[in-house]
Formats: sequence, C-alpha cells, structure tokens
Amino acid sequence: MAVSGTVVIAVDRCKGCELCVHACPQHVLRLDEGYNARGYHPVVLDESEKHCTGCSICAIVCPDVVFTVYRQAPQKRARAA
Amino acid sequence: MTIDTIPTQITPATPDLSGMQLVYQAPEALADTQTHYCPGCTHGIIHRLIAEVIDELGVRERTIGVAPVGCAVFAYEYFNFDGTEAAHGRAPAMATGIKRVAPDKIVFTYQGDGDIASIGGNEILAACVRGEKITVIFVNNAVYGMTGGQMAPTTPPGMVTTSSPLGRDVELQGYPIHLTEMLAMMPGVAYAARRSMHSVAEIKRAKKSIRKAFEAQLQGLGLGIVEILSACPINWRLDPSNALDFIRHTMLPVYPLGEFKVHEALQKR
Repeated sequence: MAVSGTVVIAVDRCKGCELCVHACPQHVLRLDEGYNARGYHPVVLDESEKHCTGCSICAIVCPDVVFTVYRQAPQKRARAA
Repeated sequence: MTIDTIPTQITPATPDLSGMQLVYQAPEALADTQTHYCPGCTHGIIHRLIAEVIDELGVRERTIGVAPVGCAVFAYEYFNFDGTEAAHGRAPAMATGIKRVAPDKIVFTYQGDGDIASIGGNEILAACVRGEKITVIFVNNAVYGMTGGQMAPTTPPGMVTTSSPLGRDVELQGYPIHLTEMLAMMPGVAYAARRSMHSVAEIKRAKKSIRKAFEAQLQGLGLGIVEILSACPINWRLDPSNALDFIRHTMLPVYPLGEFKVHEALQKR
C-alpha cells in the first residue's frame, strides 16, 4: 500500500486562495461550499477518489499555515519490534 | 438570499490520527493569529519561512524583528518574538541601533520593495557600507501594495499599474532597480541572494537562503540580504495561482534568481 497520510485543517485560518488546491500532487484538496468564520470558502480534504500521502506540499505553499500534516508510521519497524 | 439558503458555517473534521506521525506543524516562532494579508499573498509564506529558520537556529528568545511601512507593517504581530516598527524605509537604521546596543541579539528587518528600494534606498546602502551585522528580508512584489498598486522602482518595463496605466515606459520612467546585485558588490555584505515564491522548489531554496542570511549574522560576517519575488494577486488583478505564473513569465526574465554573494565561511557547509 502506498504511503498514507492526512492533514488537519485549521478551517478559520483559511482564506480560500486555492494555492494548495493547485499544488496538491494527489488532487485531494478542494474548496468547501460552506463558509468559515471569516466568510471564506475554506479548503477541505476530499479523499473520495485518491488519498493523501502526507507529502506536506500543501503546508509549504500555504500562506496562512492552515495545515498540520501527519503520515503513517513505517510499518516494517512495527513488525520487527 | 433567504434565510434557509444561507450555507451553514462548516465545522472542522477530526481525522483518525492513530498510528500517524507528525510531519509538519506550524513553527513555534510564528504567532497563532490570523494575518491581515489578502488571500494568496505570499507574505504569509515568507513569514513562515523566517519563523522556521529562527526555530531551527534556536534563537527565538533573542531575536528582534523590525517591521517596515507597507503591507507588512503589522509583521511584529505575527511572530512569537520581539518586534518593533520603523519609520518608512528606516528599518536598517533602527536595526543598526538595536544591534549595536545589544550585539548578542539577532536583529532582522522585513521590508517591501517600496520601503527598501524607494524611500529607504539610502538607509540600506548606508547599512551595507557600514557592514552592519543584521539580516534583511526584502520582499519584492513590483508594486506599492498597501496604497493601491502604484508603480514602484522595481516594476518591470511594460507592466501596467495604477500610476502607469499604459505600462512602465523606460524612456519616461526609467528601468527597474536591481538592488540586491548592487548591494552584493559591497564588502560589508556577507550574503546576497534573490529567491522567489512561485514554486515549491523555490520556496525550499528561499528557506535555505534565509538561513544563510541569518548564519552570516550569527557568525558576525556582515550583512545578509535575501530578496524574495512575491505575488500580489490583488494589485496585479490576477487570481493567486495566475499571480505565480506572472512571477514566472514577467518577473523572472527581469530578476534572475540565485546567490550573488556568499561569504567563504558560509560556502563550507
């Protein structure tokens, strides 16, 4: 199985600029139809087709530090232990 | 719009984090506040890179930032270290004073192109001539952002701004100023580089350059300056991703990226 990860999105920090949506190599980010507290359409993780790999590219391009990125711990080490 | 068609405010989802390792989180040196920057403005990325570098160097407790006049005028509000505000263009002079009174502090200025290249041109030249041990982050977005997108000294030839509606005419308004190349010639400058915010790879290079500029100060080598080509989607009348293409196609031919001066002590790494 491919590397899997996920992002935690600070919804109210997002300004809906879409830089992460265009940068995401897996195309798992899109803007939500709802609004956040500041009146922007915030970004959401949509894993209906592909899955997040935890590559952190969204966090690198985000001007508003919206993302906290997690990645699955290596499985091999867990088996060896 | 009737009441029942108003979309409800969304609530953040809480993903399952069992077995997950933390890969990236906001740096400690960055304050947990919302910035006033427009959506898609790359000032936020540059703030984050500075905060990450300061965390990596472990100097957060003794860092002092000097904010400019311009879009980044509230920059001191967005960091978890001390900061102050200088008169327009005078951030290098204020940083000089702080650094000379308290040489153990890490002092940097954060300036836009209108601040550093126009009204503050003399201040940065004089600071470089004196070889002050400070770090200068120069954010170049080719327009005066805060005042409504007027032509700046850094505006590329032919670019339309609110004060050059037919495009910058070099016969009438002259050529854009290449400040970083100019400063790199001075012996007091230990590190001079130009980076950009238009791609992931360039953002990573920009972080390395910011780190070297701070290391130049930590080692007492001289002034470190990093010019960063930044997007201004609002005043360029572009959406944020097209603004990055504007950097690629319009600004890069005028402003070549790279390191113009690297002190010997920084090259060994």
